[in-house]
Amino acid sequence: MTGWLSIFKREFRAYFATPLAYVFIVIFLVLSGVFTFFVGGFYERGQADLLPFFAYLPWLYLFLIPAVAMRLWAEERKSGTLELLMTLPIGISGAVVGKFLAAWAFTAVALGLTFPLVITVNFLGSPDNGAIVSGYLGALLMAGAYLGIGAAVSATTKNQVVAFVLSVTVCFLFTVSGLEIVQAFFPDAVGKEVAKFSFLTRFNDISRGVLDLRDVIYFATLIGFWLFLNRLFLDNAREAG
Amino acid sequence: MAPRLEARSLVKRFGPITAVDHISLKVEAGEVLGFLGPNGAGKTTTMKMLTGFLDPSEGEAYVGGVSVADDPERAKRQIGYLPEGAPAYGDMTPRGFLTFAAETRGLTGAARDAAVARAVHALSLDRVIDQTIETLSKGFRRRVGLAQAILHDPDVLILDEPTDGLDPNQKHDVRNLIDGMRKDKAIIVSTHILEEVEAVCTRVVLIDRGRIVFDGTPAEFRGRAEGAGTLRVILPADAVEDAVEQFEDLDEVSAMDRHPTPDGRVRFTLTGDDRIALINRVTGVIDGAGWPADELELDAGRLDEVFRALTSRETDHQDSNQGQEVRA
Repeated sequence: MTGWLSIFKREFRAYFATPLAYVFIVIFLVLSGVFTFFVGGFYERGQADLLPFFAYLPWLYLFLIPAVAMRLWAEERKSGTLELLMTLPIGISGAVVGKFLAAWAFTAVALGLTFPLVITVNFLGSPDNGAIVSGYLGALLMAGAYLGIGAAVSATTKNQVVAFVLSVTVCFLFTVSGLEIVQAFFPDAVGKEVAKFSFLTRFNDISRGVLDLRDVIYFATLIGFWLFLNRLFLDNAREAG
Repeated sequence: MAPRLEARSLVKRFGPITAVDHISLKVEAGEVLGFLGPNGAGKTTTMKMLTGFLDPSEGEAYVGGVSVADDPERAKRQIGYLPEGAPAYGDMTPRGFLTFAAETRGLTGAARDAAVARAVHALSLDRVIDQTIETLSKGFRRRVGLAQAILHDPDVLILDEPTDGLDPNQKHDVRNLIDGMRKDKAIIVSTHILEEVEAVCTRVVLIDRGRIVFDGTPAEFRGRAEGAGTLRVILPADAVEDAVEQFEDLDEVSAMDRHPTPDGRVRFTLTGDDRIALINRVTGVIDGAGWPADELELDAGRLDEVFRALTSRETDHQDSNQGQEVRA
């Protein structure tokens, strides 16, 4: 686990050394604005809360987070820097955690830049700011879970496009498992269990202001599990060259 | 004391293919080991196992007595490694990249900056230090990779084709650099370039299809060539009798031949197992007698002939299957 901080710093800076960070942030802010105000009917609802924003966030993340995560390991494998990284005296786990945290911090920056929404809603009315804080924390946890999936999938291939498509698919399954249309496929009891694995179900609860410890544990476990897989995939990646 | 670098019967299999087949090596400080072999012989795979990037299928690697498998971080701290193709983060500048590498090696603050400055100076990177690496020429990129490898003044240096893509001046500089670091480091350099072996290596290990087929000094390597260790010298006719007598007395001379030249002098052809000793003793005799020797010429033996002789089985095989594709 040593060396994670050097990896974190390098990775975090790398986002801003390329257009990636700026393109991502601009697209994220524009789309979240569009969803909140036009699709979500922010004004029409006449309620001072951020539910229209949070409602569409999982769908935005579904495509944007894999786009951030796809390069994490695929690029290292393609350019040969994986060999460099793995022969520096840093543990593999340190590299996995450092990279993940850097990506997570970056998405946190993007999420943080939606603060004008909070100001707007406070200006227009008196929202439940507790629910808003809870919603933001939930969004951050959900971003982490999407990223964990994306990072692990990225370690399975040298091709960033393949990594993107695969992680969107996996993330999609984790997102929609809570929808009624999916629930209909399962017997009631099973469907309830499946729904527990849905980001959508969890996040909807959180964004209404109910941040349960169980939700935190759920997302933390999920992130840990995918980071563990990430490590395993990297061992395979080394063998594959 | 444990050797600086040791490979104990390393084996690497990729599915049905055995890329490295029981390679054992010990490298001490002061040695520059030239790692030779045809493409696909297993040089790079061996280096990847020594540096801990690949896990061996069998056998073990040790760096300063530390097992690479058991304590990879401690082993890796003692190694400077230039991977094949000198990979680096293209979006970083050499300064950023080297600073990052220094930090992963636990250097901080002034020590880190000093290490970066030293490496930048050693590889003459000053001019490009703040350009992104992806905009640099191949030669500069290779030097950035080398700077990264020597940054922390490691005990063991493993360099996979360090001079690939460099022009003759840069090659010369890199060889000087390696030579300058030799005395307190164990160094492995893989190369295709046989002259490089002569220029910097104290030891040659030739591998072919995963096995060591030669391990010795460059002189011994060259000695494998036909006509190696052969010294030709032209002496005046009146010195011949004396010369024959004295040369026959030398232990270093195993065979002697003489032919008159068109202008009435005599050309001696002296053969010996150790060509360095041979030339030293023979010139000693000539100097002592005060003969006006002419055309003193050591037939050096051709390195590429040795290389081909020791690794040509595969080529022979392919020749006998003329025109057929041999699939690996």
